Formats: sequence, structure tokens, C-alpha cells
Amino acid sequence: MKILVSGKVEGTVLKSKDAINFLGTVDKKTGIISDKNHELYEKSIKDTILVFPSGVGSSVGAYTIYSIKSNGTAPLAMICQKADLTVATGCALANIPLVILSDEEFSSINNGMKLSLDTDSSNPLQYQ
Amino acid sequence: MELTREEESALKGEQGEIMQMAYRILVATGEATDAEKLVPIEWTHLSGVNYNTIGDAGEEFLSSISKDARVKVKTTLNPMGFDIDNVSNYGLDENFIAKQLSIRNSYETMGVIPSFSCIPYEIFDIPKDGTQVAFAESNAAIHANSYDNLKTNKESAFSALASALTGKSPYSSLRKEDSPNITIRMKVDNPNELTYGMLGFFAGKVGDISVNISGLGEMDNRQCKAMCGGMGTSGTCAKFIFGDGDSDSEKIDFDEKAMQNVHDELNTSEKGDIITLGSPQLGLEEISELAGKLKGRTFEKRCMIFTPRTVKEQARKIGYTNELKRAGCEILSDCCTCLTPLINKDNVDAVTTNSIKGAFYLKNSNGVGVNLKPLSQIIEDETK
Repeated sequence: MKILVSGKVEGTVLKSKDAINFLGTVDKKTGIISDKNHELYEKSIKDTILVFPSGVGSSVGAYTIYSIKSNGTAPLAMICQKADLTVATGCALANIPLVILSDEEFSSINNGMKLSLDTDSSNPLQYQ
Repeated sequence: MELTREEESALKGEQGEIMQMAYRILVATGEATDAEKLVPIEWTHLSGVNYNTIGDAGEEFLSSISKDARVKVKTTLNPMGFDIDNVSNYGLDENFIAKQLSIRNSYETMGVIPSFSCIPYEIFDIPKDGTQVAFAESNAAIHANSYDNLKTNKESAFSALASALTGKSPYSSLRKEDSPNITIRMKVDNPNELTYGMLGFFAGKVGDISVNISGLGEMDNRQCKAMCGGMGTSGTCAKFIFGDGDSDSEKIDFDEKAMQNVHDELNTSEKGDIITLGSPQLGLEEISELAGKLKGRTFEKRCMIFTPRTVKEQARKIGYTNELKRAGCEILSDCCTCLTPLINKDNVDAVTTNSIKGAFYLKNSNGVGVNLKPLSQIIEDETK
């Protein structure tokens, strides 16, 4: 596991097999995914532990992550399979914990699972 | 990533919220790019200035941090959306102007030099060989690495801002030594600046971090800038290494066919309604050359020329400005062809330009058609 932004949270997993382009596909006021072709279409990422392969698209998407945090519609934490600079800098701006998992660890997380993440702990991910 | 005690303290918030955020960005970027540590940098060049690119979220963010944030090293700035001297001539909406001025104000409050230029390498002194800098403008990063013997990664607006606030950057990728595993062999005869722009665009697509490039003859400044601008547009690659590379590097030819493919992708129109020159912005040498070529000739269409404010001022003193205005050119500083709201599809169907970088953004962001021609052809076809 690689820790990109540290922090401690507990919450419920919202997992997608699709990458997320934060610029333009996330409604900043509600945190709802507005892209019809996305697996999470019409789902809200607010207060979830958002698990997805990686971010894609313009680096300006980092500002979207900052906005949803300011609007109170951001996820509690993000977990990715591959590090990308848009999500990394967006989470850093917004102070949203972000970790990158191995393929094996990533596939062991399922939608709806309760998770606790504490990046300072020797065992940062706990399944409840 | 190894942090010093002082860096750890900043990351914990012991030096205030702004420094904590800046170090969070450096650590997240560093971990994502496998950096082992942070290193000092001497100059940062920021992107994320045009309201068209950063929007309300960017404007609000900058306004909020500028209350406390101050840059620690020399920091220069990319173009914004318009030229403050003549914005009233262009019918922009008031919201755009107000938000753009707020962004400008935030950067100035933070201590950034308001250069509004994408060619910092031409208007500021270049530090000594091997100096670590942090350039977020892609053509400038490529130029700095390839021609100016500086070291930078292709920074994001955010990593460059964090570097400006801390004076540090993650030690990864092009900041260390690099040995590209791809060599592009230039096989097109009699190249002009458009050819080099297409070569750069091609190289950016096939390369990852850096590429070797062989078969180049003597190049003038315009051609070098065109190649850097083209490469910065199409991918993540941020350095040309001139030469044949290792014998085991993969060889890829840039021939007439490869060039035609790039041309077909970006040239979408037979002719343009207006002409734009300067993406990257024109330096004094190019302005001088253009004034010479336009002696006794006049454009039959609008021709917009983009150049930094400092160059515009020098050009005015030397007398080039009068010559260019006489030939029918509009001279704009503080902004650039890319993403300017001054060109939009409500009043322009297509633009004639010699810039591959300009073509890419005009087509994809401004949504207008593009007619690509080298400068010599533009002058032949469009002036009398």
C-alpha cells in the first residue's frame, strides 16, 4: 500500500470498475455522478469510501475535488489501484485521505463493505 | 519518501495551514511518482491562470489561499484570458472579466511576477546549467529541459504552486538522470516550423518521459519553439535528447506519412476567417522577423499576434509595433491563442495558424476549425 494523503476515517465502500474523470462528470453541489456511461451514474459519492481504478482527464479535475470537499459532498476517503496526479493533487488540496492498493488488495474490497482506514496504523485497512 | 524534520513539521501543520497543504501536494505527487526526497528549486512557472481553464473553483481557491500564501522563490505566470489594455474592444462578458481580474489579483498578492507569458525561457535570464526549476507550462518545461540545460518535470498547476510556496519539488523522473528507450528519426526534407510542430506532436504521442531525436539540421528559434509546443500538447513527454540514443533503443521514423497523419488530425478546414500567430507567444526575434517579412504588405483578414507584455513594450520602442499595426495586425499581450475567450465559434468558423499547439486547443477547446500553414505561406496567401 502506498499512502498519498494520510488520515483516519470509517465508512462504507462505493466501488466502481470505471475510472473517474472528476472534471465534468461529478455534480459539485450533490456529489452525484452525472455521466450516463459511468457505472456509478446517479449514485452519490458523498461520505463514501470511494474505491475506483484511477482518475482520468484534465488536471483541472483536482479543483473539482477541492470544490466537493468545500461543498460537503466529497467522499470520506479514496482508494485507487493506480496513482494519477489529478486525484493525488485533488485529494492533497482537499485533505481527503488517499491510498493506492496492489491489484490483489484492490480486488478484495467489495461494494457496501464497512471499512476503517488509519494511515498511521501498522495495519491501515480494517474490514469490519 | 524521506522527509527532513522541518518538512515533517510542515506536513503536520506546525507551520500553518497553507504550508501543510503545500507539503501534502508535494508528498502526494512525490509518492505517486516514486520520488525518494524533496529537492530545492530556484524558479517556478505557474499554469492555472486563465479563467477559461480553472473556472469558479480555481478562482475561489486562489482567492482564499492568497490571504496567507506567499511564494518563496522566483515565480512567473502563464497567460490569462485577455490583454488588460484592450479588453473593452472584445465584448467579453463582465463575469469573465471580473473573475479573471480576481485571479490576477490573487497571484499578485501571493508575490508572483505577473508575466502572463508561456515563454519564460525567452523573457527571463536562464540560471546556470543543471539548475532545478518547476515549470507547469508544458512547452516551457520541454524548452527548459531540451535547450536551456535546466531540470524540471512537467509539473501540474498544483505541484508548481506547492513548489512556489515551499521552494521544493519531488526528486523524481526528469530531475534525475534519464535515458529514453525511444529514438525518433527525422526523415522529412526541407522542414519549416509547421513540420517541427508536427514532429513534436508525434514525439509527444510515442514518448513517455523523454525521447531521443536524430536527423535534425540547424533549427531557428521559431522552429525550436514550435517543436516544444507540439510535444507539450500531445502527451506527458517533457524532454528531447538530441542524438541517436543507445543502439538498443526502439527506432521510430517521422516520415512524410507520419507527418500527414498529424496534419489530417489537426487541419480541419481549407481556409480560415482570421489568422493567429503566437502559440507559444512570439518573442522579440520573431516579432522583428515578422515585421521584416510584412514590409510593404497588408493582411486582408484579421491577424491576431500574441506576445508577452515585456516584448510588446520592447517592440514598441524599436518601432516594430507601428510596422505590424500598419500591416493590419492586432497585437495582444497577457494572453495566448490557447483557450482565449477572444476567439469563439459564435463569430469565427475557422482560424489559420502556423501553430500545432494553437491548432490543438482551437479545435478541441474553442471548437473552431483550423487551417494549418507555415508563416511563409500565410504571408503569401493572406497579404497583398
